[in-house]
Formats: sequence, structure tokens, C-alpha cells
Amino acid sequence: MVKKYETPMLDQLESGPWPSFITGIRHLANEHPDEGIQSMTHSLLGQLEHSYETRKGYWKGGTVSVFGYGGGIIPRFSEVGDAFPASREFHTLRVQPPAGNYYTTDMLRQLADSWEKFGSGLVTFHGQTGNIMFIGTTTEKVQHFFDEINEYGWDLGGAGPCVRTAMSCIGAARCEQSCAHEHKIHRLLVNEFMDDMHRPALPYKFKFKVSGCPNDCQNAIERSDFAVIGTWRDDMKVDQAEIKNYLNTKGRQYIIDNVVTRCPTQAISLTDNDEFVVDNRNCVRCMHCLNVMPKALSPGDDKGITLLIGGKRTLKIGDLMGTVIVPFMKLESDDDYERLVEIATDTIDFFAENALEHERTGEMIERIGLVNFLEGIGIEVDPNMISNPREISYIRMDTWDEEAEKWNQRQAETAAS
Amino acid sequence: MPIEVNGVSIATDEEGYLEDLSAWNEDVAKVLADTEGLDMSNDHWEIVNFLREYYEEYQIAPAVRVLTKAVGKKLGKEKGTSKYLYELFPYGPAKQACKIAGLPKPTGCV
Repeated sequence: MVKKYETPMLDQLESGPWPSFITGIRHLANEHPDEGIQSMTHSLLGQLEHSYETRKGYWKGGTVSVFGYGGGIIPRFSEVGDAFPASREFHTLRVQPPAGNYYTTDMLRQLADSWEKFGSGLVTFHGQTGNIMFIGTTTEKVQHFFDEINEYGWDLGGAGPCVRTAMSCIGAARCEQSCAHEHKIHRLLVNEFMDDMHRPALPYKFKFKVSGCPNDCQNAIERSDFAVIGTWRDDMKVDQAEIKNYLNTKGRQYIIDNVVTRCPTQAISLTDNDEFVVDNRNCVRCMHCLNVMPKALSPGDDKGITLLIGGKRTLKIGDLMGTVIVPFMKLESDDDYERLVEIATDTIDFFAENALEHERTGEMIERIGLVNFLEGIGIEVDPNMISNPREISYIRMDTWDEEAEKWNQRQAETAAS
Repeated sequence: MPIEVNGVSIATDEEGYLEDLSAWNEDVAKVLADTEGLDMSNDHWEIVNFLREYYEEYQIAPAVRVLTKAVGKKLGKEKGTSKYLYELFPYGPAKQACKIAGLPKPTGCV
């Protein structure tokens, strides 16, 4: 017998003009053939209504894990379990999606079947962390569910102070702007740090995100400690014939108003004889013109990546964007990829040694200074690390000549080797 | 859910952590280890005793990183890895070792 609860406040949520999350849960509660799932979801709705009535949350954490793992599960025990017994234990499992979130429908069906067998049926594709969130199961069934999906190839993601599940954009397979092998980078980085993901032992979370171009569809610069952004260093490719086509269909004014004048560094001009001229040295890879005219404009051929460290949302200090620590590096040979993993290893080691409890990489860098961080991971200062040099009023020029001389020497050494 | 130790009933919370930390003794630890399906070897005791010493001094359970480092320093480098700790306590040192040592339940976002 499935116990149902009166939920007048939740009902009201569904009456608004926008879709409500209640509809999805209620669908399972009322339509799902399995009585266990019906009870769990009805009970969940009951507790939520109770929460709204009393204006209090009733979930508390705990320590649930699977054999050999310290993380990947968000334990939730109800404090009002006696009133809502079917959802007394409602733990969430974080499961890593494939790089770029490419699935076959068979995979999705298989996961859904397993979850109906062991859980509440509620799934989030994907949570803000990039994980598939399987929401709602008991302590006992956590292990069974994990064993079953692990058997056919899935693994838990990160939860707690550890390397987190990485994210990458859809990449070259479906996007013409791609400048890097996003999914290879994603897998290389994550596979290297699997131990740090499953057995949390860092000062706080550490996130990798990979975007194939400066559009940064993964918000890597704002949201990840270690952002890999695909980019190019030669000239943007311009197909003048396609420019003519745009001019013919959209008109000259449209191109001027929507492309030329929107360039943040005024690096574009449209000549009297309809030629599209780009001042590549001043292009900051904002991607606006390439996005507006994808047929006519495309990234250059000399592709590589930029590395930024320390992006995060508000914690001890306010939001931070990532800081460029490698302005450009090629990713072609195995050695190049190895170097990338090496930088990541050095960064995580330094973070583990030097960050305070509950401090993100970006905050650590703010506290100790970027120069000390760069020294710690063995990367030389490079003028290209500075963002918007022309807009900074406090650049120090006192040791400019010495530093410039050092930089020139390093450049000469790299050129020679 | 109380546990029975030498005829005395000791209160634990729903996840098996001691409610009264002063009720801990080595027999209690053995019973707690039983509920976790662990057979307490000398290696296990080393970790549990270390946790209790640390807790007595700082009144807080150490972070895993602090634990592995301290264990490595005290018991030798080959034991100062999270792999070693997970071999002893397969569901995580934070969860199992703290429970057996009678420390409060780890809190936070984990």
C-alpha cells in the first residue's frame, strides 16, 4: 500500500506558467509501475511539503561510501524519517559522464533500468558539477547499484575535497570552432588523477574543465581551477568570397553594426571594395566575429591551448577568473600531452602542500602571490600572461629592462633548443 | 541503535558512531570494528591509536591529508599513502577509522 501525502503548497508550484520540478517527481509517484518507487517519491514530496510548511530543511549528511572509495556519494538522512519512512535514507550517487557527454540511447536505458532497480528513479542529467546525479537510494543499495553500473563500465565522480569530475565541451565532432582534442585532454587529466578523485585528501575541491575554443562553452575560465582553452596563434582565416555572400544577403550595415563595431579591440575593418581585413596582432580571440559569420571566418591553422589556473565562485573571497599561466602551447606529440599532465601534477601537488583547509587554488594564489605559485610549479614569468596590458594603470616598469633581458634570453634558448 | 559490550549497552547514532565519546575503550573499539566487518590487526590499532592521540590533543579529527602525512612520519613512508589506509579501512579512513576510534562523525561537504 503506497502512502500518499497532502501537498497543497507543492500543487501551487505546478500551477505557475513555468515547468516545475514537482511535475517530474509526481510523474514517478503516480505513474511508475513499481510500488517501491511510488512510495519513495510520495514520501519525498511529503517531506518537501513539510519543509515548506515549517520553513526548515530536514536533510542531514553522514558517511556513506562504496568499497574502496572515500567519495562520490552525497549521503542524506531524513531528520523526520518517522513521518516519511519511505524516503528516510535518500543518498545521491555522482557518476562520471563520458567526455563531452556523448551517450548512446542504449547506455541511457541501461543506466535507467539499473536505477529503477536500486533507486528512486530520479536522475539529473547533468548536475552543475558535470556528474550524472542519481538521487535517492538507501545505504544498503548504494553498493549494489554501484557494483551493477561499474560492471558495465561506469565509475563514480568526485564529491568532497578531491579532484572533481571533469567537464569538456562537445568538441570537434560537432563544432567547427574546435582548436584542440578536448576529449583526449579531458580523459588524460582525469585518468591521471583517479586516485585523488576517489579518495579525497586535498585541502578542497579541484576542478578540470576543457573548452575547445575561446567561446569557452564549459565556463572553464570562471568555474575551474585548471582551465584548458583551445586557441590559435597565427592569423584568423577569412574567406573573402563568403564575406561577399554575407554582404549580399545581410547588407553592409548589418555587418558593420553587428561585426565590425562589436570587435572589442577594433581589429576589423571593412574596406570600400568589400574586403574584410583583420588586424590579427590586436585580436584578443573574443570569438564574436567568428560566431556571427562561421562560414566566412574560422580559427587559424597553428592551433594549441592556453592554460588558466584559479577560477572559482565565491568562497573565502569573491568570484575569480582563471589566471593565464601558459599563454600558448602546442598539443600534438605525446610529449606535448605529457607536459600538460605534468603541469597539472605540479599544480595539484603544490595546492595540496600549500593551500589552507577549504581554500581553492585561486584563493591560495591570491594569498601567496602569483610569482610564488609560478616558482612553485616551475613556470617562468611571461609577458603574455598579462591580461589587457593596455588597460592596466599600475604595471610596474622599474625593473622592466632586466626582466625584458631575461625574457629575451629565455626566448633565444627555446629557439635554439 | 545501541551496541552490547561486556554486558553494557552503549548508545550509537543511526550510522553507528558513539553518542557519548567517553564511553570508548578497546573492547568497544573491537565491537565497533565487528559491525564494520573488520578484524583489528596491529596495523589497524596503530591508526586508531594515532587518531585518538590526535583528537585528544586538538579536539578535532585530522584531515585525510594530515593523517596520511602523520602516519608516514610516524610509522614509515610506505604506510603514509591513502592506498595503505584504504587497504586497512576500505570504506575510507574518515568513515571507518574515526568510528572505531570513537571520534565524532566527520562533518562537512563529504
